[in-house]
Amino acid sequence: MKQTIPLIIVFTFGFFVIIAFFIPLRVFQDASQTFETWYTGVIAFFVFIGIFNIIKVNVNKIQRKLSDWQYSIILLFFLAFMMGAGFIGGPEGGVFDYLFEHMQIPLGATMFSLLAFFVASAAFRAFRARTPEATLLLIAAVIVMIGRVPIGYYIWKGFPNLVEWIMSVPNTAAKRGILFGADLGLISMALRVLLGIERSYMGGGRE
Amino acid sequence: MLLILLVFANQVELKAFDTPNDGGSSITLEWHPDTLFNSYVIFRSVDPEGNFEQICELSDRTTYFDTQVVGGEDYYYRVEARGRESAVSSYIVGPVRAFPQIFNTSRINIAVCIVVLFFAIIYYITRARRGQRLFIRKIPGITAVEEAIGRATEMGKPVLYVPGIMDIDEPETIASMSILGRVAEKTAEYGTPLYVPTSKAMVMSMAQQVVKEASIRVGRPDWFNIDNVRYLTDDQFGYVSAVDGIMVREKPATNFYLGKFYAESLILAETGFSTGAIQIAGTALPDQLPFFVAACDYTLLGEELYAASAYLSQEPVQLGSLKGQDVGKLIFVIVVILGVLDRLVGFDILYNLFNTAQQ
Repeated sequence: MKQTIPLIIVFTFGFFVIIAFFIPLRVFQDASQTFETWYTGVIAFFVFIGIFNIIKVNVNKIQRKLSDWQYSIILLFFLAFMMGAGFIGGPEGGVFDYLFEHMQIPLGATMFSLLAFFVASAAFRAFRARTPEATLLLIAAVIVMIGRVPIGYYIWKGFPNLVEWIMSVPNTAAKRGILFGADLGLISMALRVLLGIERSYMGGGRE
Repeated sequence: MLLILLVFANQVELKAFDTPNDGGSSITLEWHPDTLFNSYVIFRSVDPEGNFEQICELSDRTTYFDTQVVGGEDYYYRVEARGRESAVSSYIVGPVRAFPQIFNTSRINIAVCIVVLFFAIIYYITRARRGQRLFIRKIPGITAVEEAIGRATEMGKPVLYVPGIMDIDEPETIASMSILGRVAEKTAEYGTPLYVPTSKAMVMSMAQQVVKEASIRVGRPDWFNIDNVRYLTDDQFGYVSAVDGIMVREKPATNFYLGKFYAESLILAETGFSTGAIQIAGTALPDQLPFFVAACDYTLLGEELYAASAYLSQEPVQLGSLKGQDVGKLIFVIVVILGVLDRLVGFDILYNLFNTAQQ
């Protein structure tokens, strides 16, 4: 029963949404839209569950004096501070906005900027010509990199066109192949879930 | 019934017809552009003899979808083309009626895919249930899962499972939850700690349930620690920094990145690489796959992510569904090849059947 009722719900709503995808009648579209609205409502509720989990995990860490428990105090302090600033001053302007603009965004940008260094280190490893495939990758990458900068044109006028061809023909073909397989895999997984063959996502692993 | 009315009046040729593949709530108007005019004013009436009210004025379009109509009622239209010095009008076209279609023909290609896959999967599941052994191709990334967990166990270090940054309505996240169930079974069996940091609270709730049930299934409910499956933050780079922190502090021996990832994919994978972890990644986004391929030991490409859970289960019914999926894919590959030949030769039979772009 613990799994039967969720399976019935998944089957009923899942197949309804699939049918609504193909049938443009208003009654189907309205019902499908209503289900999406319910989902949005459920997501809003889960914000509180997320906050509750952060508080619970970190309070537990402080109480037990687990490793690096001091950071949990800082985290909980700023969680309370940001929430207080938001409730008192509102999201626009004021302390909340200031903290968001001058702390949250720069911190996020700092993490994002690490990507430049990681691209270089990952490319260094990936482009080592140890196998025929890696050699092919290296050659393609060098051509694309040279062709994408102005100096490439001055080395050889054909570089930009060659880059365009690499990107629009072999690269696009490979991407479409992956997407094609992924979409079929997606449909197949959706059918397994709807038919109740795949249940591990709800904790149960056997049919 | 598709009503098409053509009116040739001065320089404005107006077509008005029921918008195809909708629920009966729209009428489409089309006219040919003319460089003499810089705007087109559309008028509508329920009576050809009555007053026409202006419903819109457009300057850069020659198509208009009138969605302010009641299905089943007759409407009449005319378009007035206005230039700097002159204005001409079309004749009145109508009556035009919006009515609902029962099937959206522009999605027939998807319907065919679903039906073919459905029957292929059902056929092979039936064969698997009869006890027939089915050959499933080997997927290195999936077969490495057990080895990777075993390595963490031998080293006495935890396993880190990152289910992507999107919510549970994303198919990749659902696939990731299915794989998590299998990974949790193995880690619980071996008694290896499993960390599942999530970026969405709903994913956290689901992951907690999946991991808990898996531990019960293998007879190790005591192994489950609810604090190891936790919510961090919805913020993309806040989440990345928190997960990177876990990697650097806890030094997990095995990292799984299975789900939907964007710019954070390489930041996570490179940090994991720097800690010496064995890494298995999988996503359906082609733009992120090269990063995982470059930085991880194994990568599940596209469909392999969706197949992983069934593959790991080794249950005959699940494997039957995989076999059906592979056979379905073979059928579509053959159709694609035939479609290319059909187009090259010029028959265009398959092209016209599946070309939905212009409908």
